Amino acid sequence: MFGFGYAMVPLYDVFCDITGINGKTSRVVENKNQSNVVSDRWVKVKFDANINGNLPWRLKPQVRNMKVQPGQFYEATYIVENMLDVDIVGQAIPSVSPQIASLYFKKSECFCFVNQLLKGYETKEMVVRFEVDKDLPDDVSSLTLSYTFFRAKSGNS
Amino acid sequence: MSTLAHDDHHDHKPTGLKRWFFSTNHKDIGTLYLIFALTMFFVGGSMAMIIRAELFQPGLQFVDPQFYNSMVTVHALIMIFGAVMPAGVGLANWMIPLMIGAPDMALPRMNNMSFWILPFAFALLISTLFMEGGGPAGGWTMYPPLVLQTGNAFPFLIFAIHFLGVSSIMGAINIIATVFNMRAPGMTLMKMPLFVWTWVITSFLLIAALPVLAGGVTMLLTDKYFGTSFFDAAGGGDPVLFQHIFWFFGHPEVYILALPAFGIVSQVIPAFARKPLFGYASMVYATASIAILSFFVWAHHMFTVGLPIKGELFFMYATMLIAVPTGVKVFNWVATMWKGAMTFETPMLFSIAFVILFTIGGFSGLMLGITPVDFQYHDTYFVVAHFHYVLLTGAVFALMSAVYYWLPKWTGYMYDERLGKIHFWLSLISSNVLFFPQHFLGLAGMPRRIPDYNIQFADFNAISSIGGFAYGLTQLLFVYIVLKCALGGKKAKPRVWEGAKGLEWYVPSPAPFHTFETPPKLTKEMLEH
Amino acid sequence: MKGNPKLKSSFHKILLALLLTPLTAIAEWGLNMTQGVTPISREIYSMHMVSLWVVTVIGIVVFSIMFWSIFHHRKSKGVKAAQFSHSTTVEIIWTIIPLAIIIALAIPATKLLIKMDDTSEAKITVKATGIQWKWKYDYLDEGLTIYSVLDNNSAEVSQRNSGIDPMQSENYLRDVDEAIVLPINTKIRILTTAADVIHAWWVPDLGWKRDAIPGFINDNWAIIEKVGVYRGQCAEICGSGHGYMPIVVKAVTMDDYTEWVSEKKIEQEAKNNTKDMVLTKAELMTKGEGVYKAQCIACHQATGEGIKGVFPAIAGSSVAIEADNRLRHVQQIIYGKGLMPAFGEQLSDVDIASVVTFTRNSWGNNTGDVIQAKEVSEARTKPNVITAGDSKKEKIAKGNIDELTKAR
Repeated sequence: MFGFGYAMVPLYDVFCDITGINGKTSRVVENKNQSNVVSDRWVKVKFDANINGNLPWRLKPQVRNMKVQPGQFYEATYIVENMLDVDIVGQAIPSVSPQIASLYFKKSECFCFVNQLLKGYETKEMVVRFEVDKDLPDDVSSLTLSYTFFRAKSGNS
Repeated sequence: MSTLAHDDHHDHKPTGLKRWFFSTNHKDIGTLYLIFALTMFFVGGSMAMIIRAELFQPGLQFVDPQFYNSMVTVHALIMIFGAVMPAGVGLANWMIPLMIGAPDMALPRMNNMSFWILPFAFALLISTLFMEGGGPAGGWTMYPPLVLQTGNAFPFLIFAIHFLGVSSIMGAINIIATVFNMRAPGMTLMKMPLFVWTWVITSFLLIAALPVLAGGVTMLLTDKYFGTSFFDAAGGGDPVLFQHIFWFFGHPEVYILALPAFGIVSQVIPAFARKPLFGYASMVYATASIAILSFFVWAHHMFTVGLPIKGELFFMYATMLIAVPTGVKVFNWVATMWKGAMTFETPMLFSIAFVILFTIGGFSGLMLGITPVDFQYHDTYFVVAHFHYVLLTGAVFALMSAVYYWLPKWTGYMYDERLGKIHFWLSLISSNVLFFPQHFLGLAGMPRRIPDYNIQFADFNAISSIGGFAYGLTQLLFVYIVLKCALGGKKAKPRVWEGAKGLEWYVPSPAPFHTFETPPKLTKEMLEH
Repeated sequence: MKGNPKLKSSFHKILLALLLTPLTAIAEWGLNMTQGVTPISREIYSMHMVSLWVVTVIGIVVFSIMFWSIFHHRKSKGVKAAQFSHSTTVEIIWTIIPLAIIIALAIPATKLLIKMDDTSEAKITVKATGIQWKWKYDYLDEGLTIYSVLDNNSAEVSQRNSGIDPMQSENYLRDVDEAIVLPINTKIRILTTAADVIHAWWVPDLGWKRDAIPGFINDNWAIIEKVGVYRGQCAEICGSGHGYMPIVVKAVTMDDYTEWVSEKKIEQEAKNNTKDMVLTKAELMTKGEGVYKAQCIACHQATGEGIKGVFPAIAGSSVAIEADNRLRHVQQIIYGKGLMPAFGEQLSDVDIASVVTFTRNSWGNNTGDVIQAKEVSEARTKPNVITAGDSKKEKIAKGNIDELTKAR
């Protein structure tokens, strides 16, 4: 059962992937052709940004709202700024709400895939390329994509 | 009346420190467990007194918020792992071999070790209160990231929990080994007293649940000191995962505390109703199904973390389902009393109070299980009232009942019945004054684990505190009664209670140091329950 | 209880009609759950009352039987104990009846839960971020951010042995310096998240609480139907200030709300531009004391002595005394250090200037220093002295170095 406690970690990840718990959006999709645009349905996507703890960064989305058509790829830009004169590595964690929508929110390119290094006082534009799946349930008319930047763990030294 | 014990001159035992430190005798180890549990009950209880003193009126009078939080945390850990669980194991040690006709526990040396780990574990835990930065203050649930802000106390907390887990698992293995291998011929599984049954099931719960907790706290340890990120979103982890792991242990733990209490009450009520336990088989099945269900309801402690709706529905249904076997047990106890010839000595009084008050705790539990309403109840004093009804007026009342029931068997003397009854009535009244108003506080919007509160909560908090102090003082009377009984009094007969059934009443009072060294020949009468 | 048409069972209706009235009266005495001011909170209240009455009735029936037995079946009355020990019929009956009752409870609960889950079509989205120990609210559609901290009066009274009777202040520990304002009769989506540890956002009158978890975002919604002020507090233990981070929602009409938003925006514009303000020392001290009570007192205490081993003292601390450390002092407030959060975004230049002046001239820290807003504004652009001693570059997690080089 001790091992079971540990086994819960990967199991939980799989479980979250399937159910979309916590709005985790770990899926990466191939950047397919954009020929399969469907329907005249429009979905509102809100962009939100958070900084965790004492990371002296500023993060904000360039646009706060976007209307998108499911099945179509879009790009959104976040602006991130280091307010200190030292180099800092951060890691962005995405979260989508409502939870059910995270299953249908797919990113082909995202600054959250890897650690990000910002030099002292550096400002960077970071891009996320995403698609809302056309199977998005009908009752979801708007969703929120939220990023939180954490100070990256220093790794095992 | 015939007794099955050997002659007294056979009954030699080691003396002095050696008797207690190196003991492999189930009765001595049982006594040690019970004394330890009582001590911890007072240590944890004095922390509760500090909490109630601070909450007596609004404003901060006695302690800092940080210390208050560590009191809340350590009170819970001590009461759960230091008082209720060891008391249950102590009773199991004392009574299971006597009840199934075994000479001792199956693994006596491990029995010794599982007890002697406990004082060290709690020394580790309590020592943190004197460290710079204070004891653990993130709640006994130890949710990260808050618990990772704990200072030097952190590794002590983790290792104390590991020790407690090891001790409990050894105790559980011992009980299972004893019950499955050492029953006297004729004592089939479905002839065993219900107390033994509940302990077998509890032992399986312990073995299944505690290692999960150990895994979880080990992950906390590596997250803090070795750079892993199981629960750290920055490294791809998830703080909510800890809550899943914790409550996968935590909910069965609730039944680890409650099932032995069910067992005790199922011994006491038939004895004083002078009538066989109603629905023995359904009691066993109900206990087993409660135990199994307890592994499928953990997320009802986490309805507000933002589970997907399907998950919330599943856990709501599973939680409500537990009401069915629990209801069966309550109905069986009532049916046992029905048309009996009851007398109301102290053990019976505590057991009847258990049935009523545990059921009240069960009722609020059912209400808490309804997910949408739990969004209001969650983390308020309504929850505090709920689990104290289940654990204090539930588990602790049952343990008190057990002590009064078997104390003459242990000491050879009758306890003072008049004082016992006073102890019961004072405990009954004060504990209800203590916990009932907390339902109102929670409904009115008072969150738990806060050292200070708005004035609208002042009246009920004052009442609750008065009940708390009264309950605390009353327990000193209990110590006096037990000491008085241990030192002398009216001689107890082998069968202390007229209607008591079971093998333990066929040995003399006090039970000799060694019993059933040769397996007893069981008659039909001895196997009644 | 007209608010609950969904309850079809006449059993429930009769119970509600007969028994709800007296308890509604009791509710005003703070004995019962609030009915709240949203459609959902009212349904939750009725669900609560239904389950409460169901268990009460079950309890009365079962315990009446038990007490009847206790009074009649006692040995002192010369009763001879019967010896029956089971009855399959009875046992089946009392398994099925509870099952039926819980199914009857589960059906309306399921419907209510599904209703609560639907956050779509919200007009306004507000994000509540829990921070040790305050709330930050972002109006996502307006680009407006406010911080909500325990009010000064409560902060002062709540100090240990403050000598001030809390009974004097009605909203003790339930008031903030800046409430969030929300319009009535509008579907408002409330997102919750946290910046450090787990918190929980709870206003009983809105009918629910929701955990605020760092790195993840939760959502819920409310339609407030009545103008008023609704109070709540953090409901998940989050450290020593857990009892000191209340939530105050001010519900106003849509017109008032629009007006408030535009006023707030102008106010914030002004707040972001205080670097040219020059105040006298006395003004700075008064203002600084206010800022200190709101932001610093939870950890550093009214005495400036902190809590040993947990929160460092300011009184007598070298940072707050030595002249060389003026910049460090200012920057520590801007950027935070260790467990101390960064206040650079929350506090204006003049706020920081005044609180630095206050702490350098209180509790025996008699430096006589006067810090003006300009100095703070400059400190924001100066190299950081707190991290200057650390390595110039933070370590990069091993597996990611390649990608990083690529990314640049």
